[in-house]
Amino acid sequence: MTAGGDEFEFLCRMGDNALVLGQRLSEWCGSAPALEEDIALANTALDLLGQAKMWLDLAAEVEDAGRTSDDLAMKRDVMDFRNLLLVERPNGDFGHTMTRQFLFDSWHVEMLKELADSKDARIAEISAKSAKEARYHVERSAETVIGLGDGTPESHSRMQTALNELWSYVGEMFHDDEVDMSMARSKLAPLPSNLRSGFDRRFRKVVEAATLIPPTGAYAHLGGKNGIRHTEHLGHILTQMQWLQRAYPESEW
Amino acid sequence: MYAQMVESTASDDDPEKLAAFQARIDAGEKIEPKDWMPEGYRKTLIRQIGQHAHSEIVGQLPEGNWITRAPTLERKAILLAKVQDEAGHGLYLYCAAETLGVSRDEMTEMLLEGRMKYSSIFNYPTVTWADIGAIGWLVDGAAIMNQVPLQRTSYGPYSRAMIRICKEESFHMRQGFDIMMKMANGSREQKRMAQDALNRFWYPSLMMFGPSDGDSVHSSQSMAWKIKISSNDELRQKFVDQTVPQADYLDLKIPDPELKWNQDKGGYDFSEPDWSEFHAVLKGNGPCNSDRMKARIRAWEDGRWVRDGLMAHAQKKAAGKVAAE
Repeated sequence: MTAGGDEFEFLCRMGDNALVLGQRLSEWCGSAPALEEDIALANTALDLLGQAKMWLDLAAEVEDAGRTSDDLAMKRDVMDFRNLLLVERPNGDFGHTMTRQFLFDSWHVEMLKELADSKDARIAEISAKSAKEARYHVERSAETVIGLGDGTPESHSRMQTALNELWSYVGEMFHDDEVDMSMARSKLAPLPSNLRSGFDRRFRKVVEAATLIPPTGAYAHLGGKNGIRHTEHLGHILTQMQWLQRAYPESEW
Repeated sequence: MYAQMVESTASDDDPEKLAAFQARIDAGEKIEPKDWMPEGYRKTLIRQIGQHAHSEIVGQLPEGNWITRAPTLERKAILLAKVQDEAGHGLYLYCAAETLGVSRDEMTEMLLEGRMKYSSIFNYPTVTWADIGAIGWLVDGAAIMNQVPLQRTSYGPYSRAMIRICKEESFHMRQGFDIMMKMANGSREQKRMAQDALNRFWYPSLMMFGPSDGDSVHSSQSMAWKIKISSNDELRQKFVDQTVPQADYLDLKIPDPELKWNQDKGGYDFSEPDWSEFHAVLKGNGPCNSDRMKARIRAWEDGRWVRDGLMAHAQKKAAGKVAAE
């Protein structure tokens, strides 16, 4: 276990989710289907990036090993990243990106709502601030899923495909592991499994309005948030994101 | 400043109406969308505002090229915010142009078919991180030079868009200069990148103002209408005079052996950019023209199903509402 223990691990999970998803969303820059969508994607990416910085600043503080949030973002390798597999999945088409966003946002709002009551005031503060942004994100991603699901036959079919493809990455968000249980025992964070009912309620409502068929498979890919087995995609994200810091170490930017 | 060589269209309207219109402009009044205006004024403005809007949109690409590679979390956030601002500028400008009777979709189609232009500067590549600094410092610096006077332009919606845009542009220029400062004072490699970026972006930045106006009929008509406020050469001179001391401060060398202070005119003498390169870029032969257009066409075509889907949903919702009433 690294210095800072479970709390450090947990903070990296929150920070890495926001960082990796923010990075993915910023890949859209200049190529969204409409100007408003370009602006909204950049806005969401920017919120997530700000959240990542807050979480990783706190992680670095808790770790107390002289690292900064930039060191954590730019100098860890794949096996030390703690994000969910869902957020490192490639963007795919716009419908795929927005489906991934809706699934993540629906978990994120529930998580942040609970975290706002964390015994650690620093966690509570970051969560309260992030929760406002996440509520807006989920409103927008849900609306888009509904609009495209209940749009044309083509948009409907693309959204159904995206949902089916991403479904096996949903389970990891609600999977309790040792870090989660330790955090819950210390009243620092909720048990992920307790967030499922809130997620399901929103999910059912939105999917129904979108005229989509909810996938039923129970299989969940695991290995992101504990860092044991990321997808092959994360290495490529880091290759791009960390390139300057790796190529010119010891430089100030 | 993203409008170059905007052709003005002559008007064959009623001379009395034209004179009254000109008198309003001369008196410093703003022309509003519902006011009578000469057809030439309207068409010239559509071209100019449209070109500016397209430049903001295409301009996202060279900077977007570095968002995923920005070196720190803070730099990434600042760049993302800046590129988002530019999309926002595009949006205000399209709205301003729409008040003249042309839709955003029509203007987009014209851009994609090559019937409307965007600024030559965005056809140059961003190859190192220092280029992001150089774009903020030089390209946004040149843009501000032109946009500040355009806040006083005669067309109300355009003038109001420029006022909002100028506020954000000065922040953009500062962030660019800040990157350049870090690089110029950094390691040997960083300093080399900074100098290289200045070498590559200097002349293309000077080209942003367009060729010398000379006796251009278009320019004098646009100036009479207060669509264009200052001449290209005036703005270019002002830009050089502002930028040279900044380069000195950064200890970077402007790639012009002829550059020297001229006491008599109270400004710098400098070399003209290679105008044949400028014309080649406008004709589509710049280093990135084809990549930029391909990227925009792909975004537009790949996004069609999304726009159609959302539109179909909105229509179903509206029909449902009517049925319920």
